[in-house]
Amino acid sequence: MIGPQELAFLGRGLMWTLALTAIGFTGGIVFGFLVALARVSPLKWLRWIAAGWIAVFQGTPLLMQLFVVYFGLPLLGFSPPAWGAVAVALTAHASAFLGEIWRGAIQAVPGGQTEAAHALGLGYRARMRDVILPQALRLSLPATIGFLVQLLKGTSLAAIVGFIELTRAGQIVSNQTFKPLLVFGLIGLIYFLLCWPLSRLGRRMELRLAAATAR
Amino acid sequence: MAGTDDILIRMEKVEKYYGNFHAMRDVNLTVRRGEKIVLCGPSGSGKSTLIRCINHLEAIRSGRIVVDGTELTDNPQAIDTIRREVGMVFQQFNLFPHMTVLENCMLAPLRVRKVSRAEAEATARKYLDRVRIGNQAEKYPAQLSGGQQQRVAIARALCMEPIAMLFDEPTSALDPEMVKEVLDTMIGLANDGMTMICVTHEMGFARQVADRVIFMAEGQILEENQPDAFFRNPRHERTRAFLGEILAHH
Ligand SMILES: Nc1ncnc2c1ncn2[C@@H]1O[C@H](COP(=O)(O)OP(=O)(O)OP(=O)(O)O)[C@@H](O)[C@H]1O
Ligand SMILES: [Mg+2]
Repeated sequence: MIGPQELAFLGRGLMWTLALTAIGFTGGIVFGFLVALARVSPLKWLRWIAAGWIAVFQGTPLLMQLFVVYFGLPLLGFSPPAWGAVAVALTAHASAFLGEIWRGAIQAVPGGQTEAAHALGLGYRARMRDVILPQALRLSLPATIGFLVQLLKGTSLAAIVGFIELTRAGQIVSNQTFKPLLVFGLIGLIYFLLCWPLSRLGRRMELRLAAATAR
Repeated sequence: MAGTDDILIRMEKVEKYYGNFHAMRDVNLTVRRGEKIVLCGPSGSGKSTLIRCINHLEAIRSGRIVVDGTELTDNPQAIDTIRREVGMVFQQFNLFPHMTVLENCMLAPLRVRKVSRAEAEATARKYLDRVRIGNQAEKYPAQLSGGQQQRVAIARALCMEPIAMLFDEPTSALDPEMVKEVLDTMIGLANDGMTMICVTHEMGFARQVADRVIFMAEGQILEENQPDAFFRNPRHERTRAFLGEILAHH
C-alpha cells in the first residue's frame, strides 16, 4: 500500500519539481531578457549570436541538453551537484525559448511606437524601458505562461540523470509498491492540478488581449 | 554667419534612396524661422520621406540637412540635438497606449530634458490646456476620439518646446467632423509664430496659414509659391492636374 512514508517521498519529489521549475523560470527570465534584447539589437553580430543560441536550444531535445550539461560541466572542470547541472540546463533552455517569445513580442509592437519615441528624442534605454517593453510584456504574457507549463512538465526529464524529482520519485515508489497505475495516476493528477490552472490563466489573458486589440 | 541666422532648416541637394528606389531627387529647401510651409503632391511623391529626413527617421544618401545650425550627420549627438528641437506629429497619432495622456506628455521632458516630475507635469498641463484637452489628462488614449488623440499628440510634441514642428497628414486618419478641431489647433500654433512644415491636402488650411506651398512629384520639388499664386496660377501641368483632383474631392 501507499503509506505516509511513500507520500512523504513523493512530496519531496514534488518540492524538487517546483524548485527546478522556479529556478529554470527565474534564470530563464533573466537570461531570456538578455537574449531578446540581443536578438533585436542594432549590432549585427549580437543578433547573430542570439539567433544561434536560440536555434541550438530550440533545435535539440531538452533531454539531450540535460545530458550534455550534466556530463559536459565536469569536463570543463565544474562539478556541480545533480540539481545544479539540471538548473543550468533548464535555465539555458528557458532563456532561448523566452528570448524568442519576447523577441516576437518586441517586434509585434507597432513600428509607429518606435518612430514616435525616436521623434521625441528618447534614447535606447527610455525607448525600451518606457515605450516598447511594457507593451511587449503584455503581448507576451500568454505565450510566457504557456512556456512555464512546458517547463514544469519538462523538469520530469531530470529523472534521466538520476535526479529525484516528482516523476523519478513516482518510479521508485511504484517499484517498491508494485502499484504503478495508482502511483502514476496520482502523479499525473498532481501535474494536471499544477498545469491546468496555469493554462487557463494563459488562455484568459490571451482572450483579454485579443479583446483589447480588437477595440 | 549673420544674415543666414533666420534660416532654421536648410536642405541642399538631398538625395534619398530606399534600396534601389530613388525616393528624393536633388531636393533643396530653406525654411525661415517662423515660416509655415505646406507640402502637397500625389501619393508616393516623397512628402513623408522629405519631412522624415529632417529628424533623421530616414537617412539620406547625399546632400546636406542643417537644422538651427546643427548639421545632420550620422553622429548620434547631432541626431539627438535635432530631434530634441524638432517636434513631429504623425497621421496615426502614435500615442503610447499604456500611458495616460499626462504620462505621454511628461515622458520626453523627463527622460530627454531631465526636468523634475513637477516641472514636467506643469509643462504637460500647460500644453494640454493649450490644445483644449486639459480635462482629459488622466485618461488613456483609447478612451479619446481621434481628434482628441491627435491634439494630445500635438501637445506631447510641444512639451519638448520645439523650435519647429513637422506634420505628416495629421488629419487624414480622422473622421470628417474631427478635422476642424485639429486644424484649429494647428492654426493657433501658426499664429503663435511656430515654424511648421505640414504635409496636408487641406487646401483651406494652406490658404489660411501657409507662407509657401510646395508641390512634389516623383521625389522632386516641382514648384513652390505663395498660396494665392500657387492656387490661382499653378505653373506646371502636374500641379494643375493634382489641384483639379484635390479640389474636386473636397
Ligand atoms: N521604407 C520604405 N521602403 C521602401 N520604399 C519606401 C519606403 N517608404 C517609402 N517608400 C517609397 O518611397 C516613395 C515615397 O514615399 P512617401 O511615403 O514619402 O510618399 P508620400 O508622398 O508621403 O505618399 P502618401 O501621400 O501616400 O503618404 C513611395 O514610392 C514609397 O513606396
Ligand atoms: Mg506620406
